[in-house]
Amino acid sequence: MTALQAPPRLGITAGEIAQGRRRRTARRRLVVGVLAALIVAAFIVSLCVGQTTYSPREVLGVILGQDIDGASFTVGRLRLPRATLAVIAGLCFGIGGVTFQTMLRNPLASPDIIGISAGASAAAAFAIITLGLGATQVSIFAIIAGLGIALLVYGLSFKGGVVGTRLILIGIGIAAMLDSLTAYVLSKAAQWDLQEASRWLTGSLNGARWSEVVPVAIALAVLAPVLLTQSRNLSTSQLGDDAAAALGVRVERTRIIVIIAAVGLIAFATAAAGPIAFVAFLSGPIAARIVGPGASLLIPSALVGSLLVVTADFLGQYAFNVRYPVGVITGVLGAPYLVYLIVRTNRSGGSL
Amino acid sequence: MTTAHTLNALDLTVGYGDRTVVEGLDLQVPMGGISVIVGANACGKSTLLRAMSRLLAPRGGQVVLDGRAVHQTPAKELARTLGLLPQSPTAPEGITVADLVGRGRHPHQGLFSRWTPADDQAVADALTATETAALADRPVDELSGGQRQRVWIAMALAQQTDILLLDEPTTFLDVSHQLEVLDLLTDLNRSRGTTIVIVLHDLNLAARYADHLIALTDGRVHALGTPAEVLTEDTIRAVFGLDSRVVVDPTSNKPLMLPLGRHHTTTER
Ligand SMILES: Nc1ncnc2c1ncn2[C@@H]1O[C@H](COP(=O)(O)OP(=O)(O)OP(=O)(O)O)[C@@H](O)[C@H]1O
Ligand SMILES: [Mg+2]
Repeated sequence: MTALQAPPRLGITAGEIAQGRRRRTARRRLVVGVLAALIVAAFIVSLCVGQTTYSPREVLGVILGQDIDGASFTVGRLRLPRATLAVIAGLCFGIGGVTFQTMLRNPLASPDIIGISAGASAAAAFAIITLGLGATQVSIFAIIAGLGIALLVYGLSFKGGVVGTRLILIGIGIAAMLDSLTAYVLSKAAQWDLQEASRWLTGSLNGARWSEVVPVAIALAVLAPVLLTQSRNLSTSQLGDDAAAALGVRVERTRIIVIIAAVGLIAFATAAAGPIAFVAFLSGPIAARIVGPGASLLIPSALVGSLLVVTADFLGQYAFNVRYPVGVITGVLGAPYLVYLIVRTNRSGGSL
Repeated sequence: MTTAHTLNALDLTVGYGDRTVVEGLDLQVPMGGISVIVGANACGKSTLLRAMSRLLAPRGGQVVLDGRAVHQTPAKELARTLGLLPQSPTAPEGITVADLVGRGRHPHQGLFSRWTPADDQAVADALTATETAALADRPVDELSGGQRQRVWIAMALAQQTDILLLDEPTTFLDVSHQLEVLDLLTDLNRSRGTTIVIVLHDLNLAARYADHLIALTDGRVHALGTPAEVLTEDTIRAVFGLDSRVVVDPTSNKPLMLPLGRHHTTTER
């Protein structure tokens, strides 16, 4: 009998609905606040601590433009652009990654798994190493390649509708080809530079300069708000194309805006820092765990991405007796999760 | 809540790729009652609902709501008058019932506008009407098929449209849950005056619950009328290619269809 399972014939009031909603919003606000505070803390630590440690007062002095012996160079020219790029690139990867994962309803569908980061990276490596272009042109190269790869993967997996698994497998294949393309470009470089190589293969913040930071910062300032305006459409699209359209979402338009903005963010960040391994892939699922289901993940995931990059870069520089590029550290974190997801998908055929 | 609406398909042609599914269809959806669309698999029932709710652009003809072509109506504006519950919507992983039902408020919300008391009231009313209030904080993934179907209907109710189209809302449900869903939709129609259009496969349930029965074949309206007018042995043969007997259901006085297969038949045809 199903009678036992039938819910009691009770109503619910608008007050109770509002209460439940406020509880969830409060949790999301708390998470966002704590993450932002942690990023600020990690940012300050990575400015102060290093081979030589400076006090927060000295660091603040440098930021305000005072000339402080030693600190002006180390903090002002080395650590500040590097930490700023870490924060900004992390935000880009975090928000771009979760956008794809939400849109395609699959955590494996993040831009660093399906080849978009690899495409942007190969293009950037080619533009810098082979063509010797400057930061802005490199970014343009990267974004065109990123969009091209996104289109290619989408086109190749389109067969009367896009099926998630097919898209992911094709994306993984294309990513592998692009990685070998990057390796080829690197091998043809006049002088083989390990630093450069690790930057384009796993992502690195070594030698970050303001000229590289500025384009990413502008991209973030322009494209992140675009994504945020689509946040509600994106959540509603998770119900499936028909249900979303019936609720007044213009599904195709949303998809195009969101793809361009997310690919743009990923490409600009990649042109500056390389495809920092797995940050786009990890941020969304981590944010989902801490925020709980139902809420929009764009901002929490951006913050998680940022915190991941700042922390991993700091650890990579000082936690071991060898200096590792940031992508090696995030790679070590991300790889097991990737294996776990593939095993789980294999077992259940499940999605998000 | 019922303002008088009109929803008509005029010489409507729709299809996918190079395949035309609905061709030259004319239909005046009867307002204020429950209409049930029946027809064989792949005859274009879902396609018709999708075209009527602006999801598919017509190749020819148009769908007109209150004198205005739906394809010229902004999506959100249309979604405040006309709702559609598609055949297979998907629930995001882990989402709670209250959250999912809240998604039904999408057409009433702006880009950044805050959640209003009216939104909360609509969600509360929808949960209460579908008797899913006790499930409000449960994840949708963990519900039974019948509970889940009621939650989807609650989401469509939260949209608060005067016209609601539902594509096979009773699939995967056992007999008693099928009746429960149809009773719920009838209550909604009788209490709020919502015009309801349902695609159903069970002809006897269709005959029992429909004020108007619409039989489709090959993307055309074959017959439209009261169940007694439409559910005849001739129509069933024409629409489903099936021989049958139609008798009067003693419990509802509606027609009741008894299919005749090639075996197990004792009466003469
Ligand atoms: N997205 C699509 N792309 C291409 N063809 C489609 C698509 N959706 C449906 N069709 C085709 O259109 C025809 C009508 O499909 P439709 O879904 O409208 O049938 P239906 O009457 O709802 O059937 P059912 O009772 O099985 O739900 C079918 O031949 C189907 O294969
Ligand atoms: Mg159908």
